[in-house]
Order: sequence, then structure tokens, then C-alpha cells
Amino acid sequence: MLEFILSVLRAAIPAGTPLLYGTLGEVYAERSGVLNLGVEGMMIMGAVSGFAVAQTTGNVWLGILAAALVGGLLALIHAFASVSLRVNQVVSGLALTMLGLGVSSMMGKKFVGQPLAARLQPINIPVLSDLPLLGELLFRFDVLVYLGILLVPILWFVLYKTRLGVTLRSVGENPSAADSLGVNVVRVRYMAVVFGGMLAGVGGAYLSISYAPAWIEGMTAGAGWIVIALTIFAIWDPRRALLGAYLFGGVRVLQFRLQPLGISPNLLNMLPFLLTILVLWVSSGQAAKRRIGAPAALMTAYAREER
Amino acid sequence: MKIPRLRFERRLSSPQWLQVAALVVSLLLAMLTIAVIFYALGVNPLIAFQRIFRGGFGSVYGLKETVTKSIPLMLAGVGLTLAFKGRMYNIGAEGQLFMGAIVASGLALEFSEWPAYILLPVMFLGGFLGGALWAAIPAILKARFRVDEVLTSLMLVYVASDAVKYLVYGPWRGTDTRGFPITDEFSAAAQLPRLIDSRIHYPTLILALLLAVLIYLLVARTKLGYEIRVTGENPDAARYAGMNYQKIALLVMLISGGLAGLAGVGEVAGIHFRMRPPEGISPGYGFTAIIVAWLARLNPLAAILTAFLLGGLLVGGDAIQIALNLPAATVHVFNGVILLFVIAGELFTRYRIRLEF
Repeated sequence: MLEFILSVLRAAIPAGTPLLYGTLGEVYAERSGVLNLGVEGMMIMGAVSGFAVAQTTGNVWLGILAAALVGGLLALIHAFASVSLRVNQVVSGLALTMLGLGVSSMMGKKFVGQPLAARLQPINIPVLSDLPLLGELLFRFDVLVYLGILLVPILWFVLYKTRLGVTLRSVGENPSAADSLGVNVVRVRYMAVVFGGMLAGVGGAYLSISYAPAWIEGMTAGAGWIVIALTIFAIWDPRRALLGAYLFGGVRVLQFRLQPLGISPNLLNMLPFLLTILVLWVSSGQAAKRRIGAPAALMTAYAREER
Repeated sequence: MKIPRLRFERRLSSPQWLQVAALVVSLLLAMLTIAVIFYALGVNPLIAFQRIFRGGFGSVYGLKETVTKSIPLMLAGVGLTLAFKGRMYNIGAEGQLFMGAIVASGLALEFSEWPAYILLPVMFLGGFLGGALWAAIPAILKARFRVDEVLTSLMLVYVASDAVKYLVYGPWRGTDTRGFPITDEFSAAAQLPRLIDSRIHYPTLILALLLAVLIYLLVARTKLGYEIRVTGENPDAARYAGMNYQKIALLVMLISGGLAGLAGVGEVAGIHFRMRPPEGISPGYGFTAIIVAWLARLNPLAAILTAFLLGGLLVGGDAIQIALNLPAATVHVFNGVILLFVIAGELFTRYRIRLEF
């Protein structure tokens, strides 16, 4: 039994890593007041372009870089539409998700069925990785897993303890006040959304370069949507993003581990989605009780002349 | 660095010609963008567009197929115009369509001996209820607990799609299907009649047209429609005016879910005569219906036309898939780009936009 639990835990961290990247990015975007429903499209585009570049150049790092750029580029479109043009953020994000799903399947067609030649090697952290049980469990992942974990305290610190973080939060809470203090609201929102898209791209690339490692059409399979839900679950806090991402990683793993018990894989496949609804329900109840919630200006475009 | 700013001036009125012009220009720009994307991906855009147009609108066969595919788009799209009008972002029409198909298939398989004039109406009614109840989950969560309906309705698409898979791979798998994950064929009584030499199941088409008119009248001519419009434009104002937000939110979701459910009934009873895995029942009608609704500027009558247009696009999409060996998801490129340009174009009808240096 202990072995089973440990093996689920061991697998939950890689399974949750794409969600972690996506959620951290979305936390920043939403903190600036922009809802990005295009995460699914940015992740899948990150996955396909990361794989394509890694496969053709033989360099995984170039792949990850390409994924970040492509995710950022798609997010730039979202920023232009929702910040500059002030179109409906829900529809703009949705459109980008559709676009990403379509373009990625066209781009990736020739890579279907190819195993990735170059690989990210797992890093055995010296001494720690030799610890009994824990060593195997926590200290033998590849660099993207550690980078994701490392991002959590960094992004938390920036958000709550630096001037940049205050600026970001003020833009998301009260843009006209921030504006009157000389903050360039438009620029901050662009930066936050593009940063979020870059992280989503890296999260997608983790799937195709490390987790699979292969390109499978539609391989994000709703991860981008779970990211949006996890952002709410995280109450827009990077620390809780870590918890949520690994929790859902664990559910994903459990799904495969429970199959041999004779439960239909189709029913098990519903688990993460049902759990997401439950999590949304509970966290919105919690948020109402504690009077904490979404950034006040989330989903509202800022227009100086209409103040 | 000096960045040029966009300056917005609200238009006092937005003339009809401007709205049409904005739509036409955005569609043209969308096509141009799609052409660039295709070119970048190594697909000749001229050949692709020609094949799409010819496939969807260029022959009698193509036109019949276009009408066939416009039926589910019209039903789901008309429903979504109502939901979006009431500012309920129902993104889950695809799942509601699946639930309609599930309920109708269950009834068709269970009561196969019933006569058609009873069984078919019962299937439509059941399908409507199936879709409506599936939409009621996000509606109640939103109205009572303020849970975001975009996410919950979308999550339920995955759940409904898995439910279809579970049924056709499991308990509902037919006895005579040579191992394929499909149900047995429905009895003749559960099969909708079609126009000769086509797959146009006209009872569903007539139903869709009727509902488009009904929803139009509901929104434009009734007190309830007025309340829906006010709630959609300004929920706070609606609340102060004593309108019941929970009631309106629930109602528009139930109706839009129900209509998507009807679309599912039409697919199993008019096209396949059985239940298939989800991708066999719908190539994403519920998602394309979002564009149908938005392209129609949330006008249910206009949605008849936009459903026809996008139906043609789906048929043309099938044609280039085969001819140019493209993946099925190619159609999402069209969906995404068109949607993006249409919402951007809408802006020009509401504002004068100037670049300021």
C-alpha cells in the first residue's frame, strides 16, 4: 500500500508540472486584470512547436525556448485584442484556443508517431537523490520540474514583496487609481499576459518533450482549462498553485492506476473534470466567506477616457 | 519610447450599413489571415479555399450536405444567442448536444416497438430535457453559488463525451456490430424521415427554423425578453429594477441547453440511426455554434443564415481534409480566426477608433 501511494506521488509531480507552469502564468495574467481563456491553445501550440524544434535541431532547449516564444506570441494577440481593442475577453481567449488546436494539429501532422530523439536527462541531485525512499521520490526529476518548483517562491516573492508586484496587483484591482499614480496600465497588462502565455507554452512543451515524450494531436486534453480552474482554486496565489497542480497531477495518475481494478477508463477519465467542478464550487464558496476573490478589475477593459 | 495609442470614441448610433460593412470586412480579413496561416504551413491557400467553397456550396450534393450540417448548428446556435444575450457564457453546448443524443438513443433502444408518431416526439422531448438538465448544472452553480459558468459548462463537455464513450464501448455496445463501438441500429420508428437523395432530416430542420422565430419573438417582443436583455447588458440595473437574476440565468441556460440537446437528437435519429463515439456524432457542432451565434450578432433569425454559412464551411472542411490530407481539427483554424476578427470588427460599429501619436 505504501509503495502504491509513493508511486502515485512520484508520478503526480511530473503529471502536475504542465499544470503548474500554466497556472503560475495565468495567476500573473489575471492579477493584472486579464482573463486568458486561451491557455489551452497556448499550451498545445507550445507542445507542438517545442517538439518540432527539439526534433529538427536535436536540441531540447531550443524547443523549450520556441515553445515559450510561441506561447508568448499567441498571448500577445490576446493582449492586443483584450487590452488595446477591449473586445470581450472570454470570446477572444476562446478563439485563440480554437486557433491553437487547429494550427497545432496541422503543424504536428508530420511528427505524429515519431519518438523524440533528444531527451531531457533527469538530474540526480547529489546526496539527496540517494536518500532511501525520498531520494527516489523527490530528487530524480528533470530540470523543468525543478524549474517549475523554483518559480513558485520567486513568483510569490515578486508578487507580494516587490514594487513590480504591487504595480501588477494595483492594475488588476483598481486600474484608474494605478493610472493616476503614473502606472502604465496597458503596458503592465501586456507584460503580464505575454509572460503568462510564455509559461503556458513551456508547460505544453514539458508534455511533448519530457512527459510523453512525443507529439500526439490534442495532447493537452483540457489541461489548459483545468489551469483556469486551478487559478481560482489557488486564490491567485502562486503557493496554492503548486498544491493544486500536483493534486490534479495525482488525480491524472490515479486514473491510470485504477484501470486494472476493472473500472471503465471512460468513467475514470471524467474524474479530473468532475473534480474541477467540485473545486470551483468549494473555492468560490470559500472566497465568498472570507471575502477574498478575483482581482476586482478582472475581465474589465481599462479605458482612461471613460473614467 | 513613444507608443501610439488607440483612441476610442463611442458612436451615438450604429447604422445598419456599418454593421454589415464591419462584418464583411472582418470576414475578408479573417480569410486573408487563414490564407497566410495555410501558406505558412505549406498548404496552398488558393487550392484550399477553392476546394472548400466547391465542397460546401459548389454542387447540389454539397449544398444538401451544407443544409444537413446547418441543422445542429442552427439549433445550438439559436440557443446560444439567447444565453449570450442574458450574459450566460454557455460554452458547453457540445456536451449538452451529447446528453440530448444519449437520452434520445436510450429511448430509441428501450422503446423500439413504439409507433413513430409517439416515439420520435418522446425522443425530442427527452433530448431537450437531457440537454437542459446538463446546462442546469452550470446555471445553478452560477446563479446560486457564483461559480464561473464558462469553466463548469466546458468541463461538462468532457464528462458528457466520456459518458458517450462509456456507453458505446460498454453497456450499449450493439449485438451485431462486429466489435465496433456503436449501438444497434434504431428501429424504423425511431428514424427521422429525410428529403429524397439527401441526409436532410427535415423535421429537425423545420423545428430549428420554428425555434429561431420563437426565440426571436421571445427576445424582441415579450416582457421576459426585455428582462433578459436588461440582465445581459447590466445585471446590477436589472437587480435594482426588481428583476429576478437567478430566474433569468437559469431560464436562458435551460433553453440553450435544451436546444443543443435537440441538435443531438437530430444527429442520432436523422443521420446515424444509432449512437456512435462522440467524434462520430459531432465534429464540434457545439463549439462552432458559438461562432454561429456571435457571427449573427446574437440575433436568432440571423443565426439561420450564419448556421448555413458555417455548415458549408464544415462540409468544405471535410472536402479539403480528404483532398489535401489535412487533419480534422483544421476546421478549428477557421473557427478561431473568424471568431477573433468578428469580435474585433464589432468594435468598429460601437466606437470610432483612431490612432494617436
